[in-house]
Amino acid sequence: MNETMDAAVGKPMDRVDGRLKVTGGAKYAAEFPLPNLAHAVMITSTIAKGRVAKMDTSAADAAPGVIKVLTPMNAPRLPNDPSYSPGGASGRPQDRKLSVLQNSAVYYNNEPIGLVIAETLEQAMHAAALVQVEYKEEKPALNMGREKKNAYKPKAANQEPTDTHRGDITSGQRDASRRVEQTYTTPMENHNPMEPHATTAVWDGDDRLTVYDATQGVFGVQNVLSRIFALPKSNVRCVSYFVGGGFGCKGSVWSHIPLAAMAAKSVGRPVKLSLTRAQMFGMVGYRPQTEQDLMVAAKSDGAITASSHASWSNTSTFDEFVEPTAAVTRILYESPAQETSHRLVRLNYGTPTFMRAPGESPGTFAIETAMDELAYSLKMDPVQLRLRNYAEVDPESKKPWSSKSLRECYKVGAEKFGWDKRTPAPRSMTAPDGRLLGMGMASATYPVRRSAASALARLLPDGTAYVQAGTQDLGTGTYTIMTQIAADALGLPVERVRFELGDTEMPETPVSGGSQTAASTGSAVKQAGLAARDQAVQIALADPSSPLHGMSAADLDVKNGMIFVKAQPDKGETYAELIARQKLPKIEAKIQSKPGEEKNQYALHSFGAVFVEVLVDPDLGEIRLNRIVGAYGAGRILNAKTGRSQLIGGVVYGVGMAMMEHTIPDPRTGRIVNRDLGEYHVPVNADIPDIDITFVDEVDTIINPVGAKGIGEIGITGVVAAIGNAVYHATGVRVRDLPITLDKII
Amino acid sequence: MHPFSYRQASDEQSALSGVSGQPGAAYLAGGTTLIDLMKLDVQKPSQLIDITPLPWTKITELPGGGVSIGAMVRNSDLAHSEIIMTRYPVLSEALLSGASPQLRKMATTGGNLLQRTRCYYFRDITTPCNKREPGSGCSAMDGYNRIHAILGTSKHCIATHPSDMCVALTALDATIVTRGAKGERRIPINEFYFTPGDHPERENVLEPGELITAVELPAMPFTGRSHYRKVRDRASYAFALSSAAVALDIQGGVIKDARIAMGGVGTKPWRALDAEKALIGKTAGPDAYKAAAEAALHGAKTHKDNAFKVELAKRTVIRALTMAAQKTA
Ligand SMILES: Cc1cc2nc3c(=O)[nH]c(=O)nc-3n(C[C@H](O)[C@H](O)[C@H](O)COP(=O)(O)OP(=O)(O)OC[C@H]3O[C@@H](n4cnc5c(N)ncnc54)[C@H](O)[C@@H]3O)c2cc1C
Ligand code: SF4
Repeated sequence: MNETMDAAVGKPMDRVDGRLKVTGGAKYAAEFPLPNLAHAVMITSTIAKGRVAKMDTSAADAAPGVIKVLTPMNAPRLPNDPSYSPGGASGRPQDRKLSVLQNSAVYYNNEPIGLVIAETLEQAMHAAALVQVEYKEEKPALNMGREKKNAYKPKAANQEPTDTHRGDITSGQRDASRRVEQTYTTPMENHNPMEPHATTAVWDGDDRLTVYDATQGVFGVQNVLSRIFALPKSNVRCVSYFVGGGFGCKGSVWSHIPLAAMAAKSVGRPVKLSLTRAQMFGMVGYRPQTEQDLMVAAKSDGAITASSHASWSNTSTFDEFVEPTAAVTRILYESPAQETSHRLVRLNYGTPTFMRAPGESPGTFAIETAMDELAYSLKMDPVQLRLRNYAEVDPESKKPWSSKSLRECYKVGAEKFGWDKRTPAPRSMTAPDGRLLGMGMASATYPVRRSAASALARLLPDGTAYVQAGTQDLGTGTYTIMTQIAADALGLPVERVRFELGDTEMPETPVSGGSQTAASTGSAVKQAGLAARDQAVQIALADPSSPLHGMSAADLDVKNGMIFVKAQPDKGETYAELIARQKLPKIEAKIQSKPGEEKNQYALHSFGAVFVEVLVDPDLGEIRLNRIVGAYGAGRILNAKTGRSQLIGGVVYGVGMAMMEHTIPDPRTGRIVNRDLGEYHVPVNADIPDIDITFVDEVDTIINPVGAKGIGEIGITGVVAAIGNAVYHATGVRVRDLPITLDKII
Repeated sequence: MHPFSYRQASDEQSALSGVSGQPGAAYLAGGTTLIDLMKLDVQKPSQLIDITPLPWTKITELPGGGVSIGAMVRNSDLAHSEIIMTRYPVLSEALLSGASPQLRKMATTGGNLLQRTRCYYFRDITTPCNKREPGSGCSAMDGYNRIHAILGTSKHCIATHPSDMCVALTALDATIVTRGAKGERRIPINEFYFTPGDHPERENVLEPGELITAVELPAMPFTGRSHYRKVRDRASYAFALSSAAVALDIQGGVIKDARIAMGGVGTKPWRALDAEKALIGKTAGPDAYKAAAEAALHGAKTHKDNAFKVELAKRTVIRALTMAAQKTA
């Protein structure tokens, strides 16, 4: 008995935490009513570069309810584990977490420079407004175009090589009959999860710290805090049962987390610190702006002979993050000659970070728009052009794909969409109401990632199971799919499995980022479940009083909590009977699951194809999406309902990126001017058309034990270019600078 | 946010007396403008006088065919009122194009008239702004000004008046009825707002403590053929980049009378009198509308990021006129 019966996995099961969420029973990081809780509000900088010269806190100190005002001048010195260097090999942005309030330097606007701790939130807000700050200001670097001359080459592009080179570009270009050379630009964008970052910190004595945090990685928080406060890891606990969206910004430890811990320590009380919406713009990351130079050259039959993708993005002046936009161009199409590169420009903004499909979303916008331009230049159908250059193996590493269903995705997507009805000439199609109709498409792709993860599965005397992994649920459905995976592995119905997550006291798992949770933690949960089941079976086989005594495991199966003989299904016993007779408190297995050699032998990616129809008002330039069809090959879909929701959510995120999202800094001060949800536009319901998602059948036995590729991010890739391509088809105007707003096409 | 006290007014008199001689006092209606600005420390009233208990919640027909709208009528109720939908569709359409259903349920007629600009810099107390702090300078002028005004600007302020409702009211020649220390005043909406000039901090003619009690719409036989068109950065829930409220009196294909007001482009709800003149006596059709649009944008002054608004506003006017003309009067 090796494989499991898939009774639950794949089913469109409702969220196990749905009821808790809609009834308010789900507790988020700012909702733990600890006794004696104090409230903290941050004071943030109003200049982008310089020093805090003076902070007058006298009025704030004297304001009602104020317990303490922390400034760079009076903040406790942090012990800091000296062996810990920021940035470092992890490639993860480190912000200034080692130096919050440790000196008076200011690196960006809206950076935390002080903290007021008071009895109530309102008192803290009031006192924070009373603090007078004087700066010694320096001229900030805020404009990427102007600073591009100082660009530098980072050591890596988010774990991928910074630059690549294959073949001979010059001769490739010589062989070509058509060449597209264009620059594509994308602005800064902010994640804007519905739940702002929040941390509640409580100390037990001097050396035990617990934080309730809105995070995508409880173990990352534990690790960083233990180093900052020089504590053994086991003395730091991070809890995060529910997260109201992350999209990447909650994947790193930012300044407010150590600040909350520092505050709690310095006032000797639990402290709660929530960011305001405005504070979400700067200190907790964002997608950096990018500038991408693309070249694609092809023969008249569409065969690409050479391509290049040179990318610039901004990072902060004190830390490094690379938006690896050119990585997709390396793997998407055959191109015998190719050059790609990434360069960074240091600017006085906070450190950028991972934002849903970092690299892939701006990267696919660039390459997939360039492909559309090439198709027009060749007078070739955009789908045909992509098929003509279909990569049968990874064109960069030459490794075979573990699986790839992109051809199927083009076919299914085009059929469902009715791509054959498209007449290629721009402005050649109109809707019955007179609006211009445009159809565009693009390819989608995202790598398959997996990290080491652990899980524990425990069979209990009452015939239920309790399964744990210290992972996070950002709203994606982790609670639900893990319950399904565990139930099938254990041979139990889902109602008898309780899955818990979100605590560093639980088995260690990686950050919920890079669409890796299903693959990593899902594999661990599955293996832990199988191990507990096998243990129970072994105990039964060895027990002379068991009806299964002396049989062979290969002859047995488990279903509905009953271990039985395959050939004689009524012969067997339940877990509960076994545990009772054995007088055991539990049967339990804890395992660690790790990726193996597959990554070295195969190229691991999901692919998809997305088709978009837009209607454009020819006079007013208003762009309305009419429908979106996406087909994806993403391995095993663990829950048909939450899986589809993930893809729809990704596509909606792409709609925002394509049509409206734009973090706008003031050109002089670097202060984000649209730092609220009234002016930072994300799509509303009225912007979203029918989104038709299909998963093509894809069985991948290589990638990981659950066969899932990860679906949190692929949805945003491709769709941005598909929208732009549809707008071009409708209007004849090519917008190469996101977002595609009406002023750019009237 | 600063500490403040809160009191409910029981009637008009207690509201007026609560505010008179109290420079720190402010009326609280739906709160959707005021509370936001208090959280941003832009407005720091020491006392809030909640006027929501006041009885001005009715929409009534006036003798002679006009309509009176109580200052406390919620935007959603006004938009869905039968009499407004049939006689003044432009007003209903304007209201429904604004904000979100939740906000419209809170927002009042009086509050909407007095909503403040969405200029980023006005809402950020760390940056200079002549409207918020006279004499401190205008950050928008050389800053990011894509959403700013192109009509009625001065060298001290280029902020738009953001309301949709007020654009329709301007086209409809509404009268604002107030009560203050000096008793009742009736102010035509065209005289209610100031352009910024040298004093962007002064936005309207209200005296300190003066209460808006009602808005009156005159009888205007042709307003059944009226329309509001709003152009914005997303399909819903965004302020206007440009909008137009129009009404047309067309008889035998000839335009006898017209009303045109614009939003998103002016420092106040912008009445386009010259454009109206350009229409009167002309045959209804694209040529007339185009000429009116040109007249409407005459004298527009753009800044770095909002040059597109000139053409957009013209096209918005043309579209609104075209749609209105298609309605049956
Ligand atoms: C996110 C968001 C989006 C929005 N989008 C739009 C939009 O697209 N289009 C649009 O037009 N509007 C929009 N609005 C603005 C909204 O319409 C106004 O906030 C609302 O109309 C104000 O009404 P209120 O009753 O809430 O006013 P309040 O906030 O209560 O009051 C506003 C001001 O008027 C004063 N006041 C109120 N009533 C009286 C009275 N009777 N007499 C004297 N003074 C009075 C108050 O003292 C205060 O100074 C939006 C608002 C928000 C928050
Ligand atoms: S445009 Fe007006 S409101 Fe905006 S910053 Fe300038 S003065 Fe202030």
